[in-house]
Amino acid sequence: MSAPLLETRRLRVDVPGRTVVTALDLELKRGERLAILGRNGAGKSTLLATLAGLRPPADGEVLLAGTSYAALPAREAARQRAWLGQVQIDPFASTVLETVLAGRHPHLGRWAWESADDARIAREALAALGLAGLEQRQVQTLSGGERQRVALAALLTQRPALFVLDEPLAHLDLNHQIAVLDLFAAAARDCGAGVAMVLHDPGLAHRYCDRALLLHGDGRSELGSADALLTAARLSQLYGHSLKALDDEGRRWFVPA
Amino acid sequence: MPSRRRAYLILALLGLLALLSMGLAMTAGSLQVSSADMLAALGFGEGSGVGVEVIRGLRLPRVLGAFACGGLLALAGGLMQVLLRNPLADPYVLGISGGAGVGAMVALLLGLPLLGINGLAFAGAIGAMLLVFGLAHGDGSWTQTRLLLTGVIVAAGCGALVALILSVAPESKLRGMLFWLMGDLSQAIEPTLALVALGLLLALSLPFARELNLLARGQMQAQALGVAVTRVRRLIYLLASLATAVAVTTAGSIGFVGLVVPHLVRLAVGNDQRLLLPAAALAGGSLLVLADTAARTLIAPQQLPVGVLTALIGVPVFLFLLARQSK
Repeated sequence: MSAPLLETRRLRVDVPGRTVVTALDLELKRGERLAILGRNGAGKSTLLATLAGLRPPADGEVLLAGTSYAALPAREAARQRAWLGQVQIDPFASTVLETVLAGRHPHLGRWAWESADDARIAREALAALGLAGLEQRQVQTLSGGERQRVALAALLTQRPALFVLDEPLAHLDLNHQIAVLDLFAAAARDCGAGVAMVLHDPGLAHRYCDRALLLHGDGRSELGSADALLTAARLSQLYGHSLKALDDEGRRWFVPA
Repeated sequence: MPSRRRAYLILALLGLLALLSMGLAMTAGSLQVSSADMLAALGFGEGSGVGVEVIRGLRLPRVLGAFACGGLLALAGGLMQVLLRNPLADPYVLGISGGAGVGAMVALLLGLPLLGINGLAFAGAIGAMLLVFGLAHGDGSWTQTRLLLTGVIVAAGCGALVALILSVAPESKLRGMLFWLMGDLSQAIEPTLALVALGLLLALSLPFARELNLLARGQMQAQALGVAVTRVRRLIYLLASLATAVAVTTAGSIGFVGLVVPHLVRLAVGNDQRLLLPAAALAGGSLLVLADTAARTLIAPQQLPVGVLTALIGVPVFLFLLARQSK
């Protein structure tokens, strides 16, 4: 029926002195999951911020559900897409519950306070990330992995159609890495959410994403199905280190050779 | 869980504290005023005489002026701390008091009347505000660091100018200059402007309080959650600067209220700006009323500059908070 959740047309993204992608035409439909891979400094975060509408493109345009970010008020955009940044810094004290409730902001009127309903949504999000019982903890006392899961819970609380995630697995142990990826897979499958995320493990990208975008860091990029793009040969070239693929019952893992 | 009922309760308590501190300040002084005269002065009943005159002409304006300045400084401090995402920011960190100081020193040096001093101080404050805004805006980035650095440098420049004026000023004018610089409420005889400014600036900042909560968590996060970051940051900068300019113009650069009060209130009630901003305004006003009462009664008939007292209270409180925080 409608426009794709996220669409780029002839998108060019620059970082000072370098081009990250040129002429990128990308469509992300409901329920689709896209992995973005590349070396450190390839411009993944910059591209992601552009896809989230937080940074104007150098050329071309980015459309959220058919409307260009340039024509979309920030508040409208916030109801439809959530963005996870790489660092969570808390200069001021705040409880876990308050931090997660921030995700309700775009759904509340100017004078409204968070209702019991909002609190319920926030508690559910915390429970989904295994943080039930930590509601009253100060965020500054949390471990890195716990803080990361609080940030993810805030995104769930925002209830968007599109998740744009910069390294969602940062600081997470193996158990929670899988739990978080399962959570977004379920959101895509059951609620039709679209997910675009930066991952550093091509094996997990292959297991959890339909499509992949490889950023070579010099303006070249490759977009395609995860199965076709995530091969030992391409990834060895991408990372500049020879990788070996291990196939295991339909899953594909990559280890440094 | 932030709730409106809790906020109203806390604000009601702080409002009571403000009234009590004003009541106390009104009764304190070398002249004992009877309660009948006090009520008469406040418009509840008939009365005349020296007691009524003292309350109406001296104590009431001064108390209201102190309350308004304290409230303005605490409000500006709370806003600056969010704007710079730095709990150590205060209303003066961006050079506004420095600019006002230069203006006031020039006026005092020229021997201008009170109106001239206030006018030049306000002009200096606004000048410093525009200078910092323009310079920090230079390349369009307007980051916290750039804003902070620009403000600190402009403040340092103003400090040097003030020192220069002090060193060439004639002996007879030095005392007035020093009192102005330390903060002094004895000249605050016309509190209406400051009171109106307090009410207006607070009313203008409250609609953006939840957006400020998000800004305190980070600019990109706030933007992703639908805050028009650039516009809101400019607005807070403007509101905080105006609040500081009015307070400094009324009472000189009174230290530590703007730094310590938002801190104390944050520790007590949390960092929700919807509650923090009005609570800090009430608490800051009450604190300055009490400090000023002490300043004019401790070694009466001589008066101390109130800025010295707020700093004397503020320094140990702040050090205590810092020591507690690092644990």
